[in-house]
Amino acid sequence: MSTLVFVEHQGDQVARGSLGVLGKAADLGGEVGAVMVGGTEVKALAADLGRHGAAVVHVAEDDSFVPALPQPRVDVLAHVVRAHGYDTVLFSNSVLAADVAGGLAARLDAGLNWDLVDIAPGDGSIIGKRLALGDSLLVEVGWRTSPRLALFRPGSFEPVGRDGQARVETVSVELEDHSRAARVVEHRVEADSGPSLESAEVVVTGGMGLGGPEHLSLAEDLAGVLGGVVGATRAVVYAGWAPHSAQVGQTGKTVSPKLYVALGVSGAVQHKVGMQSSQTIVAINSDPRAPIFEFCDLAVVGDVHEVVPRLVELLRARTSG
Amino acid sequence: MKVVACVKCVPEGRARLDPSSMRLEREGAAEINAFDLFAVEEAIRIKESNGAEVVVVSVGPGPAEEALRSALALGADRAVLVNDASAAGSDMVATARILAKALEREGADLVLFGQQTSDGGGAVLWAAVADLLRLPVVSQTTSLELADRSVRAVRQSEGGDDVVEAPLPAVVAVTDAINELRYASLKGKMAAKKKPLDALALSDLGLGPDDAGARGSRTDVLRISGPPSRPDAFRIEEPDRAPQVIVDFLAERQLV
Amino acid sequence: MPRPADFPPPFDPEAFVTVPADPEDERIEVGVLVVGAGPAGLACAIRFGQLLQEHPEVADGLGEVPLAVVEKGKHPGSHLVSGMIVKPGPLRDLFAGRVAIEDMPGYGPVPAESVYILTKTRALPIPPPPPMRNHGNMIFSSARLGRWLGEQAEEAGAMLLTETAAHSLLVDDGAVVGIRTGDKGRGPNGEQLRNAEAGSDIVARVTVLAEGTQGHLTGVALDHFGLRSDHPQVWELAVKEVWRVARPLDRVIHTMGWPLRTSARYREFGGSFIYPMGRDMVTIGMVVGLDYRDPALSVHDLLQELKTHPKIRPLFEGGERLEWGAKTIPSGGFHALPKKLHAPGLLLCGDGPGMVNIPTLKGFHYAVESGRLAAETAFASITAGAPLGSFDDAVRSSFIWKDLYEVRDMRSVFGRGFFLGGVFSSAMTVSKGRVRIGRMPTEPDDAQPLLHTDRAARYPASDGVLTFDKLSSVFASGNKTRDDQPDHIVLTERVAPEVAQLWMNMCPAQVYEAGPLGDDGLVTVETAPSNCVQCGAISARGGRLTPPEGGSGPEYSLT
Repeated sequence: MSTLVFVEHQGDQVARGSLGVLGKAADLGGEVGAVMVGGTEVKALAADLGRHGAAVVHVAEDDSFVPALPQPRVDVLAHVVRAHGYDTVLFSNSVLAADVAGGLAARLDAGLNWDLVDIAPGDGSIIGKRLALGDSLLVEVGWRTSPRLALFRPGSFEPVGRDGQARVETVSVELEDHSRAARVVEHRVEADSGPSLESAEVVVTGGMGLGGPEHLSLAEDLAGVLGGVVGATRAVVYAGWAPHSAQVGQTGKTVSPKLYVALGVSGAVQHKVGMQSSQTIVAINSDPRAPIFEFCDLAVVGDVHEVVPRLVELLRARTSG
Repeated sequence: MKVVACVKCVPEGRARLDPSSMRLEREGAAEINAFDLFAVEEAIRIKESNGAEVVVVSVGPGPAEEALRSALALGADRAVLVNDASAAGSDMVATARILAKALEREGADLVLFGQQTSDGGGAVLWAAVADLLRLPVVSQTTSLELADRSVRAVRQSEGGDDVVEAPLPAVVAVTDAINELRYASLKGKMAAKKKPLDALALSDLGLGPDDAGARGSRTDVLRISGPPSRPDAFRIEEPDRAPQVIVDFLAERQLV
Repeated sequence: MPRPADFPPPFDPEAFVTVPADPEDERIEVGVLVVGAGPAGLACAIRFGQLLQEHPEVADGLGEVPLAVVEKGKHPGSHLVSGMIVKPGPLRDLFAGRVAIEDMPGYGPVPAESVYILTKTRALPIPPPPPMRNHGNMIFSSARLGRWLGEQAEEAGAMLLTETAAHSLLVDDGAVVGIRTGDKGRGPNGEQLRNAEAGSDIVARVTVLAEGTQGHLTGVALDHFGLRSDHPQVWELAVKEVWRVARPLDRVIHTMGWPLRTSARYREFGGSFIYPMGRDMVTIGMVVGLDYRDPALSVHDLLQELKTHPKIRPLFEGGERLEWGAKTIPSGGFHALPKKLHAPGLLLCGDGPGMVNIPTLKGFHYAVESGRLAAETAFASITAGAPLGSFDDAVRSSFIWKDLYEVRDMRSVFGRGFFLGGVFSSAMTVSKGRVRIGRMPTEPDDAQPLLHTDRAARYPASDGVLTFDKLSSVFASGNKTRDDQPDHIVLTERVAPEVAQLWMNMCPAQVYEAGPLGDDGLVTVETAPSNCVQCGAISARGGRLTPPEGGSGPEYSLT
């Protein structure tokens, strides 16, 4: 087995997700290579990838690779895969990685399975695992041909440092005409309006258990200290305590953050379908039989008015202390 | 100027696991995947401001025709459905192959996609289609401006927004933030019944059974099981201890 | 004890009667307009389409759209709920023998049947009373059959306009000239949202209202043209579920008795039905008259309780609930039919005017037949100037009239207590209505005095496997109504607490919630209108349902 991992970086930081996938590739065994594409900053970052499992790092560096455009990267990866005979190519999902993986699959006429949470040897080959139906089912997927492309949900694997050295090889690729057609004319870093509900990593939702619009501040304070966005249940929006744009649920927005905290939310199915794919769910509700306790990771039976202010205090103390 | 919106028609019912076949079944009539409606809306807006012919293209079985009528009711001019039994079970690359041929046949100036499907389809199809057509692709687009022979798209990614310019013809995938969907007017619904809807077979696109369907696919769904273990919730019923327990829980998972 | 009638809704039918507002060249002109794509409306469309095919010159004379059907649901069938067991004759007649019943999407003939009187622990079989004998009848899903009938109507040439609410009646110079459809894209306070789409005037030579139970424009027309019977209409509320089951059910089952209380003072009239749908599905439903007195009664919860009966529970073990639905059934029968089924430019058919046979629990075939007759009248009116009153003559000479007359006093008899009513009603059926016991006074449902008990304490807690709460049931109806639109339910907002309790428990979709008690002894009723599955119960008991934005509401497929 010989695996190539697409490793992304932002400035001088290698993406955690990429490092996790690289470690997984090393665990699978066989030859492991990484590919990095960017400007002159890339070579320095590449050498370090030996500590995450790469034996070789193919580097394509040029100023023209600085903008995060996918198609030149498809050209680079296609070249590297063909030249070195990799049979497996792994990606940690990102906007860029998804485009690269899709384009590469077409270029190589290869199978691509996405939204995977794990991969393991099996059936004489490898098997990918993904979740479906709002994460309520486990689906096993396979590849019929080689190379095999896999796109993993970000955060599927934690990076673990290890001993190892990688040799860095420069790659030079003639880009296709269509890969050179798109240009980035401007890059805008997000203004501090913060992320939207759908893209937030942390969402704190207030339900009717808050008891009144004045208590929405509990959700706001908690969201603030966790770096998250405030959501609302349909009932809260109906009551006029929050705008419809904050509504999470079947007839509102669907979110799947790393952390979802539900304050005084009963967990009716209409709400559940809007947030059940959240990676970690913490629910605080004074009703011990609230349905939300059936599908959360931490069930806290208690009054939000007592628990949350103290929780906010503790969290603030951590960040400042 | 021809703008083509690629849409997926999905059954409108909720998916459920059939315990006897262990397959995910979704019943009901076909409707256009919700995210693709934003692509259709954007195409119609371009038609209204720039003048263009709007064509909606889909790959799927016969029931998709009714779903495509709804796109015609919104303002699209023509619909094309690639309806061929040999295409059933096509995976992403096989679907991309079919779409690419249909788009080539149309001679589109601008190809629009929605950002993902509601049934777990990943955000990868347009990149594959663009590579097969050898066209520039811009994804995650939150705003789109058309100039004479080029397009300017604001592309949203983790590190901020990129303003990308690409010459036409180009492939653009739009997010649901790009516009607000319109309702079909009654007159629109009535006119839709008369607008052309072409049904094509794979052979009309110069494709054979090896190019699509199970034979043209490179991936498989092996088995479905579940539910996967979201381990039982850790439960605490003492409000006094709760705040610290929550902090420890979050810290353990590196969420704080 | 206050009654719902003490808090009438601020509803003025005249507010829904208007003249065309669109400029003439923007109005949508059609030949015949049918409102409602249920069995009555679609039968009308199919028959009219057949007549147009036989007489193409008539079609040419009706312009670009000779026949249009508007439907407020997402598809034909999306808002249909019924048992259901259908007498097949009228369906066969509709297709003039060209389509066999077996080719229609159904679940076959009734295989066998049983009737039980239930107590809390036992099921006592009784021989099926004559009205409940179903030999030769067929089992269907109304939503599924409705969907299929919609396809047939389109093939017959009807233009089906779904997700379109009929908001107002267009009346010009005393005659109905069409309808105005509802606006879309309005916010909760009526404000226009960015994608607002105004309704349109649809003008037609003949308008056929086939809106079903509690039809909005039907009610408006009955008031505007003074057509209401002196005998008020009354309703039942039916709540049902469709299940995938582990073992097939080999018979249709009807039950009476538990969990309803038999004492006359509660006025709990009704029963349940359990029908097989093929080998792997079963439908179970609870039907209760809306003149019950106890504000704690909840038909949805009675259905959940029913499933816990030791003889019924095993039917559902190992199964999975697929769908849930709720709808009212008009049950005033013959006496409550309108004085006329027509007005200038207008015909009324189906459940809207109340063509339902309560003892046999059937109305689908009357809807089909009345729709068929309406098409023939409309055709004769357009081609030969025949008066629309000939529809009334046709209905009176049909089996619809004969059947409803025969059982005209059966419903009201049950109000006097289960056992007493049982004796009377058998006597009436056996004698084919010739044993007259006089007209029982029937009060409207909202005038029934309330009598509070602790009934709610015995409803089972929902376990999510056999029994379910209302919100998850609304989800199982496919309801995804847009939240931020105007509230479509007209109510007096401050009412006596008992009336608020009544509404809270009555509504199967948990639309109503009582606020805190004010100094005036009243509470404010708060609503979650996007839960509403448009069953119509509120209109029977002190409120008024109007159609929300087209496309809202349930998306039934198996009910």
